[in-house]
Amino acid sequence: MANLKELKNRITSVTSTQKITKAMKMVAAAKLRHAEEAANAARPYAERMEAMMVSLASGLEGREGPRLLQGKGSDQRHLLIVATGERGLCGGFNSSIAKAAAQRAEKLIAAGKDVKILCVGKKGRDALKRKYSKLIIDFVDLSGSKRIGFGDAQPIAQRALAMFENDEFDVCSIFYAKFVSVLTQEVTEQQLIPASIPEASDEDAENEVDYDYEPEEEEILADLLPRNISVQVYKALLENSASEQGARMSAMDNATRNAGEMIDKLTLQYNRERQAAITSELIEIISGAEAL
Amino acid sequence: MADMVTMDLVSPEKLLLSDAFEMVVVPGSEGDFAVMAGHTPITSSLRPGVISIYEGDTEKDRIFVNGGFVQVADDKITVLAEEAVHVADLERSNLEQRIKDASEDVEDAKDDETRRKAQESKDHLEQLLEALG
Repeated sequence: MANLKELKNRITSVTSTQKITKAMKMVAAAKLRHAEEAANAARPYAERMEAMMVSLASGLEGREGPRLLQGKGSDQRHLLIVATGERGLCGGFNSSIAKAAAQRAEKLIAAGKDVKILCVGKKGRDALKRKYSKLIIDFVDLSGSKRIGFGDAQPIAQRALAMFENDEFDVCSIFYAKFVSVLTQEVTEQQLIPASIPEASDEDAENEVDYDYEPEEEEILADLLPRNISVQVYKALLENSASEQGARMSAMDNATRNAGEMIDKLTLQYNRERQAAITSELIEIISGAEAL
Repeated sequence: MADMVTMDLVSPEKLLLSDAFEMVVVPGSEGDFAVMAGHTPITSSLRPGVISIYEGDTEKDRIFVNGGFVQVADDKITVLAEEAVHVADLERSNLEQRIKDASEDVEDAKDDETRRKAQESKDHLEQLLEALG
């Protein structure tokens, strides 16, 4: 029976696919835990640095600040840093980041601005290459590092800073997926240069301590801002890696479930076919016997 | 028991230390300064150097930081450092060997980029050695 054999083959192949997706889901779950831990561990530094920046910036009060904080007074040239994953098979994770970046680029181009793209992660580059290959200035490969460290973020930030110093762009923002939960990741655009500093809330203003500064505010800020960019890039990369694993986990969970459904359906069909084959064989034998 | 100050030492990757001490000396970029309870609020940048923690008159702990920032307010010290190592964890002979290797790297470097990187790591190691001295 050719048909029976074919069905059996399909069931075997779907079963082995299911095994793979199940394993990938488990690996993603383990990696997600690590990524979440890393993201949590990095939070205190980022929070405190932000608090320090807020108090420094509010201390400036209208005085001329560093260019990293106040910008160049123009928003003609934009640099978009697009952070994605190195691997696929994680649902819409990579494509949604790339799509958000592409939409932003389209909007900026339509408004007559110049756009440059710096890709972090292979998948984002692959997605943007077709349409925007002229805009992509470089590509940072992170596939070598298994776990994102601060050392991975620093070169990216330094690259952006060097370009800013060389007057190659006015505004820089980074695209990444913020980790909300395993099921939801939020594509986020964050402006890095000029630094976006949250307004000090009233509560903060009440608790405002009058700090002495050593050296002057401007000097500390000049030192703090470049570091802050590294920290923001690092934070984005960590969020991204947690999101990627979360997205992969739910995508693989779905795939495993779909494979299970397919196996059930195929098994049912296989059994029906088998029964039909037996019945027709029986009929053949019986009618053969009757003819005698 | 004398009044204590709490110190949080954070690196980008994690919270390294959070504890209460009697006195902490930090290497400010315009000179070392000691922080005890009741210190005036201050924000300062740090130069690469050693944070010394004192209990009474004795030095209890020494931590090397490669620069960063410190903020003092309400008997709380927050140190932001990109790298921090306990001085006790450093070994002189090991460090000297690494400096030697690094200087060889500087000499062997084929292009400017690798040379710059090698020089950077060499400078870094020398700062560590200085902290140990």
